[in-house]
Amino acid sequence: MSSSEADSELIRLTAAELAAKIHAREVSSVEVTQAHLDRIAQVDPVVHAFLHVAREPALAAAAAVDAALAAGDAPASPLAGVPLALKDVFTTSDMPTTCGSKILEGWRPPYDATVTARLRRAGLVILGKTNMDEFAMGSSTEHSAYGPTRNPWDTTRIPGGSGGGSAASLAAFEAPLAMGTDTGGSIRQPGAVTGTVGVKPTYGGVSRYGLVACASSLDQAGPCARTVLDAALLHEVIGGYDPLDSTSIDAPVPAVVEAARQGAGGDLRGLRIGVVRELGGEGYQPDVEASFRAALRTLESLGAELVTVSCPHFEYALAAYYLILPSEVSSNLARFDAMRYGLRVMPTPDASAEDVMAATREAGLGDEVKRRIMLGTYALSSGYYDAYYGKAQKVRTLITNDFTAAFGVADVLVSPTAPTTAFPIGEKVDNPLAMYLNDLCTIPANMAGNTAMSVPSGLAESDGLPVGLQIMAPALGEAVMYRVAAAFEAARNAADGGPLIQRSNGLEATV
Amino acid sequence: MSAPVTPELVDYDTVVERYDPMLGLEVHVELNTMTKMFCGCPTEFGAEPNTQVCPTCLGLPGSLPVVNEAAVRSAMLIGLALNCEIVPRCRFARKNYFYPDMPKNFQTSQYDEPIAVNGWLDVELDDGSVVRVEIERAHMEEDTGKSMHVGGATGRIHGAEYSLLDYNRAGVPLIEIVTKMIPGTRERAPEVARAYVSQLRDLLRALGVSDVRMDQGSMRCDVNLSLSPRDSGVLGTRSETKNVNSLRSVERAVRFEMCRQAGVLDAGGLVVQETRHFEEASGTTRAGRRKETAEDYRYFPEPDLVPVEPSAEWVAELRASLPEMPGARRKRVQAEWSLSDEELRDLVNAGALDLVAATVAAGAPSGEARSWWVSYLSQQANNSGVALDELPITPEQLARVIELVAGGELSNSLARQAVDGVLAGEGSPDEVVAARGLKVVSDDSALITAVDEALAAQPDIAAKIRGGKVAAAGAIVGAVMKATRGQADAKRVRELVLQRCT
Repeated sequence: MSSSEADSELIRLTAAELAAKIHAREVSSVEVTQAHLDRIAQVDPVVHAFLHVAREPALAAAAAVDAALAAGDAPASPLAGVPLALKDVFTTSDMPTTCGSKILEGWRPPYDATVTARLRRAGLVILGKTNMDEFAMGSSTEHSAYGPTRNPWDTTRIPGGSGGGSAASLAAFEAPLAMGTDTGGSIRQPGAVTGTVGVKPTYGGVSRYGLVACASSLDQAGPCARTVLDAALLHEVIGGYDPLDSTSIDAPVPAVVEAARQGAGGDLRGLRIGVVRELGGEGYQPDVEASFRAALRTLESLGAELVTVSCPHFEYALAAYYLILPSEVSSNLARFDAMRYGLRVMPTPDASAEDVMAATREAGLGDEVKRRIMLGTYALSSGYYDAYYGKAQKVRTLITNDFTAAFGVADVLVSPTAPTTAFPIGEKVDNPLAMYLNDLCTIPANMAGNTAMSVPSGLAESDGLPVGLQIMAPALGEAVMYRVAAAFEAARNAADGGPLIQRSNGLEATV
Repeated sequence: MSAPVTPELVDYDTVVERYDPMLGLEVHVELNTMTKMFCGCPTEFGAEPNTQVCPTCLGLPGSLPVVNEAAVRSAMLIGLALNCEIVPRCRFARKNYFYPDMPKNFQTSQYDEPIAVNGWLDVELDDGSVVRVEIERAHMEEDTGKSMHVGGATGRIHGAEYSLLDYNRAGVPLIEIVTKMIPGTRERAPEVARAYVSQLRDLLRALGVSDVRMDQGSMRCDVNLSLSPRDSGVLGTRSETKNVNSLRSVERAVRFEMCRQAGVLDAGGLVVQETRHFEEASGTTRAGRRKETAEDYRYFPEPDLVPVEPSAEWVAELRASLPEMPGARRKRVQAEWSLSDEELRDLVNAGALDLVAATVAAGAPSGEARSWWVSYLSQQANNSGVALDELPITPEQLARVIELVAGGELSNSLARQAVDGVLAGEGSPDEVVAARGLKVVSDDSALITAVDEALAAQPDIAAKIRGGKVAAAGAIVGAVMKATRGQADAKRVRELVLQRCT
């Protein structure tokens, strides 16, 4: 077998398979890392999943794992030695962190995010930083200041957003694992449109320390992978209490790996699965709905009982979200003022500090970011606060109540992850409202703080592109969610004769 | 717009005849916690710029705050000492505005949910009367960094060539204590303001929660003042004078604002609701830069923090741990040491109460201890321009000196030399006494020689004494004391002078 054939075999393995081979010393972490770096060099000029590739640090980290294993040490974690792509929103002391924005071009944080530190401690090899919509605002990765990422299934289409880079890196086999953040669907929707798995953990389940904030009360970091088990393995590495994040939950990480293994047995008897009446119908691509109905039949065939639930306030989730998110954004992004780090624009030689701040923000922030800063500044203004931010918070409570009621009759809830498959690059970039509608199904879980994930549910008939099934569970209810996801994944693989991800057209085109 | 009125200041007595001042005070106190409000950085004053910083207090992208429990504890102690209710649940908010010395461009501060509400402080005035100042709230917030404007004439941002930023202070915990409007102070408004700030300072010092150094900015006062026509009950428009940073300035700022606002009103003008700055040198206030639009801070609850929920047990524990409050302590001390009102006031005004108490605790009688601190040591402090408690002598050392005098080993004048030695860094009182050879000369034969020499040197005075003018003996005693470098017992010298002249 030639080395490129060996490489091409390695990059198609799951993280669990790679870890097993590395820990058994059948293959070294350096070889695995090198294979992925080669793949990046080969396909990323087209895909553009990465903003920064950390070749030397990655190989050094891999060599350290190999050395420890050679010395007889136990692996630092079940994923030690496995490469990973990190969304460019997590701080990294040895790589730039730009959040897809010009205003942070070249910024090297002096510290690691808690997630970054946990990944390093667990022996994961960070390949580099992935592309994203600027400060995680967008659903297509077209709002990156560094150019869009392309969907490996069809490179004329978007990979979802904001974490399009992370999702595309998985679908293009540039990385077996990736990290994302989900404020309104930024892990799940890219997962759906790239045929990968994306998990938004319970709010507070994964530390936000070192995650550059979009909207603090909605942001949650989570795992991206090609299989449910891989996502679960990564979830256990990054999850858990962090004293540096006041909103982090002081409770054990749910046993998601065990749940995923159990779920793969395919038995969902005794589980009640709620179908949310409000998430479907008008505005949904017909074959996305068809795929969803097929998914329901699959779940039923695994022994689950289907119940229809109503969440009447989900209708207002998008509107409320677009008041709370911009409000927090307008405050969180105020710090980018050229005084301490990042871009600095001097409009005139004798400009005042205020002039410099204004000119820098004008030049350094993109239109979508500015739009949300303006919306949020307005919503928080005196005289408007009660009508906008205050009322949106009340809607938030009602959405939470809807979830609570629904979880009273169902163990998990399901819906399509996104209303459509991947749309062509450029189609919605000038139509913010159409873009916002992409997150219709994913936003409620962010508003309420409970956990949700997207798992591949097949290809749409009309365009042959991936569709995602969203599974939502109560706060800290990750175990049952992973169990359902793993059972569904196993059933799909059996029906499809293997994981759909291996059929990625765009991938073949770029190999 | 009408032409700006340039009013005359109105004579103070006239102001109080015709107007009632309404006074409100906001005091910012920097807590003396080891670490900052939301991170683990040290809070020490005076370190090299930008050496006490971390991602959180620099507001770096991705950083998050964590509430300092010690600061919450101090806030609760302050609230309890001010007779406030400690709320069971409160939150921080973000106060949004752009300024280079604020790393996040918002200040994390309590807003509509302060930790302590509805208290009071009984403030004693010079004549012994008591004014109850009602406290609206005490809330927690973080301090900003410091800007230094370099170049230009004024040291202000306008006209400066460039500015330097020091973030060491950014994130230092602050408590803001806000009074309700204090009505009915009339001509005593300046005195009430001063007494409130002074007694609040004493209380905070007794709690041990702050250095309360107005000169270093660890305690800062804003004065809100408005006038209403006397007995009209109609509220006037108020001005807010910022950063009035000494007790004397508090008094002067209130007085000046009363005279200025009366001038505006008398000239038919309207007092503008504005921020003013106190000018230390002239004792006047000047308008801050007029803003074209009202500042809108767009407050909203801080989403990076969870609510602060002090348990009832914690509140009870802190309430039980409160030290004796300064007012109660003054009353107790006055009784124990049998002081007149005036003596007590002198003691308090000299800032000597704690020092005297500590000296008494070290074994000295209260009269001697008081006399040393209020007179001789106050003079020394005054001469060297330091606060009394900054003199390099401890209460224990002074108590030892007093003990030596009581035992007859030192005269009063020798005792002063011993104290001077301690102040000069020559060591403990016993070391100074030994090193300087200070001891009372009790050997009469040596003294008689000195007396005879002094009488011989001033024959006309000797003649006067012999002629019956006993009062003239003082000059000879002085000469002998000088000749013996104060080591003689002046009383014995006097006896010997009279003896030798009969």
